[in-house]
Amino acid sequence: MGIAVLLKQVPDTTAKISVSDGRVDESAVSKWSISPYDEYALECAIQLKEAGYGDVVAITCGPQRSSKALTEAAAVGADSLVHVLVDGFLDSLQVQSLLSAAITKFESEVVLCGKQAADTNSGSTGAGVASLLGFSCVGVVSDISIEGGVFSATRLGPSGLEKIEASAPCVFTFDKGETELRRPNVRGIMMAKKKPIETVSSADLGVDLADSPLIVDSHSSPPQKPPGQKFEGAESVPLVVEKLRDEANVI
Amino acid sequence: MEVTVISEGIEGSLHPVTAQLLGATSSLGGGITVLCPGGVGAADAASISGVSKVISVEGECFMSYDCSAWSKSLAPLAKGDLVVASASSVGRELAASIAAIRGIPVLQDVTGLEEGFAVTRPIYSGKAIEQITITPPCSITLRANSFDAAGSGGNAEVSTVNQSADVTVAVKQALTKAGEKLDVAEADIIISGGRGMGDPANFSKLYEVADILGAAVGASRAAVDTWEEIPHSMQVGQTGKTVTPNLYIAIGISGAIQHLAGMRTSKYIVAINKDAEAPIFGVADYGIVATWEDALPVLKKELAALLSN
Repeated sequence: MGIAVLLKQVPDTTAKISVSDGRVDESAVSKWSISPYDEYALECAIQLKEAGYGDVVAITCGPQRSSKALTEAAAVGADSLVHVLVDGFLDSLQVQSLLSAAITKFESEVVLCGKQAADTNSGSTGAGVASLLGFSCVGVVSDISIEGGVFSATRLGPSGLEKIEASAPCVFTFDKGETELRRPNVRGIMMAKKKPIETVSSADLGVDLADSPLIVDSHSSPPQKPPGQKFEGAESVPLVVEKLRDEANVI
Repeated sequence: MEVTVISEGIEGSLHPVTAQLLGATSSLGGGITVLCPGGVGAADAASISGVSKVISVEGECFMSYDCSAWSKSLAPLAKGDLVVASASSVGRELAASIAAIRGIPVLQDVTGLEEGFAVTRPIYSGKAIEQITITPPCSITLRANSFDAAGSGGNAEVSTVNQSADVTVAVKQALTKAGEKLDVAEADIIISGGRGMGDPANFSKLYEVADILGAAVGASRAAVDTWEEIPHSMQVGQTGKTVTPNLYIAIGISGAIQHLAGMRTSKYIVAINKDAEAPIFGVADYGIVATWEDALPVLKKELAALLSN
């Protein structure tokens, strides 16, 4: 019985995204990081481990470069590392099938991940994995604790912020909350470099990656806005308000 | 072509985004069935133009939100080539969950939908745009304010299906109520403050202007990270909310790349900043180089005079 935390490696949110030949140029990305919401999932997984729930297995699904995300997770306390090695575009169902198979293989009944990844901003993985595995799903969680085998969490539901309880098997997807992320220390970083990564293929997991019904035609840069109008000083505020009413028609 | 639209509810009524989901899909041709979880807004959904039928899906499980229970209850009814929901937090979860149950992919946060299922969506929080062609069946969620709403005048038949599922998430306590403050993701007008506001107490000045405009108040990541008083729910940007209001007013926000990613698709952007070189001016339709201390009182006075007429 362990905790699985699902991590996605994405371009750092400070990185520029450039497009060449109709595709986002990944080689031009200056820095890759664990997706920010996944970092909160990782932190909370380690907190559950410290509360005695079980070991943390960090799982990522992605190309070769993504293994760095696992090493970063080990540096803050992940116990075992699993890399589902894939390349190219996968649709949501393919990703969820691979991750579900990995979660089953490593016998986790509690799954933590970010509420959405910072590249696609989709937010499909947690809920989809829960459905494929037949687990409960609690979304947009900002903290979690365990007592007597029952998880207690704060989530942002449609009615507002709520305290909820749920039991394993369950998927929790994380939001940024009050939780402080721990930073790795030197010893953690050194140990993490030696930690083995178990690499598995779709075939190892028994998942058939047949053709996806989704085909990515192209990527493009967002349309550039024409330069705006610029004014000096607070005395120009009345003019801008007038323009908002008469030019833009938005107030 | 058969389409299933999952309606969005808000405080016991039909959320207006539901009419946008229908506006986007009615042009595809074919029958459209609207599923109303918990029966919320079923009569209103039936009056939207283009709806073939409405199914009010009722059951114990709809008393509180439980993604697994709701999707198990809805999935057998979510038939057809396209399952459509709003790209809200709940809409995304339900679409993903129902798609997984049906064994079909889901594509989230779609902003353009053409014939032949050519779909457009922003990726990297709008730093790039992705064009995808779908071969149905597929599930999609649509971003609010990206599609014209369908009109009223429909008169679809409403049927009721009682179909509950086991609830596994128990709500123990409500901590804050939704809707006490207008959410930035919902608002037509947003006024956001950054670290340039100097002190979280100064956000009260933004609320004064927001009240006149009926606007929501947002914040930059720098403000949220610096001040405990500014909650993450207000954050606009790549690790906060991506917004597309008609008017976005940025006060004391320099315009870090991740903030711009979250608001650059706003229809009109006004920036007030004392630094004439701030990157926020690069996306602003109307830029004012001034301190907020000088500019906000004038803005408040002008808007109050204009909107009280």
